[in-house]
Amino acid sequence: MSKNNKQLLQGNEAVAYGALYAGCRFFAGYPITPSTEIAEKLAAELPKHGGRFIQMEDEIASMAAIIGASIAGAKSLTATSGPGFSLKQENLGFACITETPCVIVNVQRGGPSTGLPTAASQSDIMQTRWGTHGDHPIIVVTPSTVLEQFTETVRAFNLAEKYRTPVVLLTDEIIGHTRESVTLPTELEVIDRTRPTVPPEQYKPFDTTQGDVPPMADFGTGYRFHITGLNHDISGFPSNNGQMAEREEIRMQRKLDNNYDDIVKVEEFMCDDAEVVVFAIGATARSAKDAVLAARKKGIKAGLLKPLTIWPFPDKHISNYKNKVKRMIVAELNLGQMVHEVRRMAEGAFEVDGIFRVDGEPITPSQILTALEER
Amino acid sequence: MAFQYDKYLRNDKLPHIWCPGCGYGIILKALIRAIDALGWSKDETVIASGIGCASRLPGYVDFNTIHTTHGRSLAFATGIKLANSKLKVIVLGGDGDMSAIGGNHLIHACRRNIDLSLLVLNNNIYGMTGGQFSPTTPTGCNATTAPYGMTENNFDISNLAIGAGASFVARTSSFHVAQMEDLMKKTFQHKGFSMLEIISGCPTGFGRRNKQPEGFDALEWQKKNATPLTRYNAMTGEERAGRFSTGILHEADRPEYIEVYDRTVGLKDA
Repeated sequence: MSKNNKQLLQGNEAVAYGALYAGCRFFAGYPITPSTEIAEKLAAELPKHGGRFIQMEDEIASMAAIIGASIAGAKSLTATSGPGFSLKQENLGFACITETPCVIVNVQRGGPSTGLPTAASQSDIMQTRWGTHGDHPIIVVTPSTVLEQFTETVRAFNLAEKYRTPVVLLTDEIIGHTRESVTLPTELEVIDRTRPTVPPEQYKPFDTTQGDVPPMADFGTGYRFHITGLNHDISGFPSNNGQMAEREEIRMQRKLDNNYDDIVKVEEFMCDDAEVVVFAIGATARSAKDAVLAARKKGIKAGLLKPLTIWPFPDKHISNYKNKVKRMIVAELNLGQMVHEVRRMAEGAFEVDGIFRVDGEPITPSQILTALEER
Repeated sequence: MAFQYDKYLRNDKLPHIWCPGCGYGIILKALIRAIDALGWSKDETVIASGIGCASRLPGYVDFNTIHTTHGRSLAFATGIKLANSKLKVIVLGGDGDMSAIGGNHLIHACRRNIDLSLLVLNNNIYGMTGGQFSPTTPTGCNATTAPYGMTENNFDISNLAIGAGASFVARTSSFHVAQMEDLMKKTFQHKGFSMLEIISGCPTGFGRRNKQPEGFDALEWQKKNATPLTRYNAMTGEERAGRFSTGILHEADRPEYIEVYDRTVGLKDA
């Protein structure tokens, strides 16, 4: 990878390079379309960066292995698509309750089940939020260009490390397989998890005296501690104390809620004077941008709201449009998932319409333009 | 002077959850003595487990310990070992954890020959959930989900591991304390994937439905039926019925996974 040079890069490859840039030194995965290029690229590149790659026996094992590696101190990544993402939910929950930083890429394809393996889809939006059982916080980032596949992967790792949480990079078949000419940035910030400064005998893995994100020690560094998927006390040991379990679950949620401005990233394009705004992520945001430009040429005051973080949901950003716009059009490659969240935040202040599609083809700019031209 | 276990125990986490008569306390003590005899430091030692009675063991010992999800401990341990291959990683679980829900991870860890040491605490039953049959419940035995008797064939976990490519496989029982400690040491010292199966009793989940109501009954059964491998091999099929072979069952000199990987991809001292 040459510095500051333009290169033709595939979206999935950009994720692999972003991971390496962020300091990822371990990848465990299982082959699945349309994400496999991420594994292939890292199988070749990780050893050159002093890291290790492993193809595990299944998706469940891959998720387990990256959590294990992270606990031993390595920034870790896995990549999959819908069916594999379903299998990862069990151990994703373990990463949530043990507050283990790691990044999971879901290159979405059509579903449910084996579905349309090579076709575009954005139907895992709710699964990324609620896929694993139990209440849990999660961060989900949604790139829409090859460059963002790189930069958002770096951001995903940073958020995982900063907030001690799993982060899902939710992308789709179109972005994953698109090739674009990009110049990869070389000046991005890279964040590493906070490690304990107290002596080992004083260390408690869920001690929040320094704030809601407890420092995390690596296995093998003298900080011997216990990790369990059971609800635990601040020392990490299992506890049946319901009040404490509730306090800890609320703290984990608060960790993200209180840092909305740092976590939730939204791109607003031509929104200043907009009367109608398209809300779209990933590949659909590309079509939407095109449609907004075409609408502007026709004199329609259109804008684009493109979240780069979809969970926590960009509630505040949507609220800001309550007295500004007449209508928001949610375009998504599913039968309506984000639209309900947008409607929840609109609270009737503006109309919310949806454009949905599940035939494996992208929502086209003309489809969105037609919707913008209505009334 | 008697062996001092306190150095390795998290005394504030005791008493343990195991029932009276359970064999796991014997195994816990042997594990501590084996690690102590090898001189492993607590800081460099990791113990990973899955879900079940056996998998609660790591919580009681002062190492780097992780109690993972059901059946997945070997996959977690694989990640730990690959991130820091200097760590000494012991994995332990029960028969259900390792041969049912974790069966896929078991055979692939064996196949890779990754340097992990696995202890399978085989009590032939799902104990924590109250006595349902496991893949090692002998055919005909009773369990809460086999009220008319176990109708399935059962796994010989050691043979499964040998078949899948583990380079060291041994078996003992919770009765054979001295042999258990000795085989633990050999298991831990082996470079590559090593497994020690420990036949143990569960009076609550298995014994009281199968004419072994007391912990002592299971130990007596183990004493009577454990058969050193050479003697076992000389027996006819009829003579072997109900018995299990003990000792080192398999030992092979096979290259270890991480060494091969690092050499192949050109990693130096990762």
